[in-house]
Amino acid sequence: MSHLIKGVQMEGWRKMGDPAERARKYYAEGADELLYIDVVASLYERNNLADIVRQVASETFVPITVGGGINSLEAAKALLDVGADKVAVNTGATKCPELLNEISDTYGSQAVVLSVEAKRLPNGGWTAMTDNGRNHTGREVVGWVEEAARRGVGEVLITSIDQDGCSKGMDLELIAAVSAVVDIPVIASGGVGAMEHVRAGIDCGASAIAIAKALHTDEQNLLDLRKMLAQSGVPVRPYAEKEMPGV
Amino acid sequence: MSRVAVVDYGIGNVFSVCNALKHIGVDPILTRDAKEIRNAGRLILPGVGAFSRAMENLRSLDLDTEIRAYVAAGRPFLGVCIGMQVLLDVSSEFGTHSGLGLIPGSVEKIPSVTTQNAALRVPHVSWAQVKQVSAEDTGGWRKSAFYRPAYYYFVHSYSAQPADPVNLMATTEYGGHQIAAAIRRDNVTGVQFHPERSGPAGLQMLKHFIEADDC
Repeated sequence: MSHLIKGVQMEGWRKMGDPAERARKYYAEGADELLYIDVVASLYERNNLADIVRQVASETFVPITVGGGINSLEAAKALLDVGADKVAVNTGATKCPELLNEISDTYGSQAVVLSVEAKRLPNGGWTAMTDNGRNHTGREVVGWVEEAARRGVGEVLITSIDQDGCSKGMDLELIAAVSAVVDIPVIASGGVGAMEHVRAGIDCGASAIAIAKALHTDEQNLLDLRKMLAQSGVPVRPYAEKEMPGV
Repeated sequence: MSRVAVVDYGIGNVFSVCNALKHIGVDPILTRDAKEIRNAGRLILPGVGAFSRAMENLRSLDLDTEIRAYVAAGRPFLGVCIGMQVLLDVSSEFGTHSGLGLIPGSVEKIPSVTTQNAALRVPHVSWAQVKQVSAEDTGGWRKSAFYRPAYYYFVHSYSAQPADPVNLMATTEYGGHQIAAAIRRDNVTGVQFHPERSGPAGLQMLKHFIEADDC
């Protein structure tokens, strides 16, 4: 049995519902992509999302990215084989950066996303963490992202630990710093509580914004969010729920 | 309805394509068997990853020959993503590699600058609007699938460049560049985007391809 969970600054995880049911809801409301991260994967040293991914991939028809505990080419394959379009790699890559080359060379750069948990340093800059902000990697975020891009990842998912789950806005300096050094798409995450936060993230250079808590708590819904973003000039895919029947 | 076959050649998104077909009421056959391909009423070549690997796999399984035979028989064919790119003569991805040569032209890297000379992020990962461009009356199912400006999901670093503009059916704009979204020559159609990952619009496109009687 799996649960959809969400924390604050990657701590104090709370159950938020059924992961497959939420996927169906977000798909029906026009999510552009679904992102699943197994936050306890490192504890068990394996990703436990295969069953959920298999189910969700047969019921929803948007890209699915899956992360957590991907520490080998075989682990990546196991998820891609059940319907994931991309794997997001954090710990596995910080321990063995060559893993990024391996997955990219085998499945294409479009299949591998570097996932970074960024924690702001008191004297400026950010350090890359793993295991939900518990462990230090000793890597400085901007340099690490640059290295991963050279190793062939197709996208970067950058999560601000400081802003995560707080609904007070994103770490815009982080988004700008990372977006400036790579020429691959950057997906920014952590801190979205309102439409303005999404817009600010896009304005700072992010290609896409990942939202968790604001949707899981139903404080925001994707249909309204999309409409508001379009009205404020952000280029989003027009989508109406009435598109669903029939197909 | 005649049998829909999806080519199984050890590459990428076959699972997703089959799921999408099942969702629209089609029971596809996932196969690399010459006889089943020859007898199919519709043939879909999916694929993600590198061009060279896709072609290597097709050749080593002798599926390049089977696909050519199927196409020569005049039956409807749909290539998706890499399955679309291999339709052309040649690709410059990781060296020079020859394709199936079913549509004249090449596959080239998406420029890393916009037409205004600003930096452009590659891969192109986007839900992008597709516009029909061919002056030729593509008619039928393609008209339903491409004439209306729909949004589809793209993820790619290389793009198809048909030699004859008449084979370029629809494009999407990225950084000011016109990127091939759909190409076509007679009974052969290829789409760069992923209909199996493009929500209701993508499923609808697949449905048009499956149900058309004018491929």
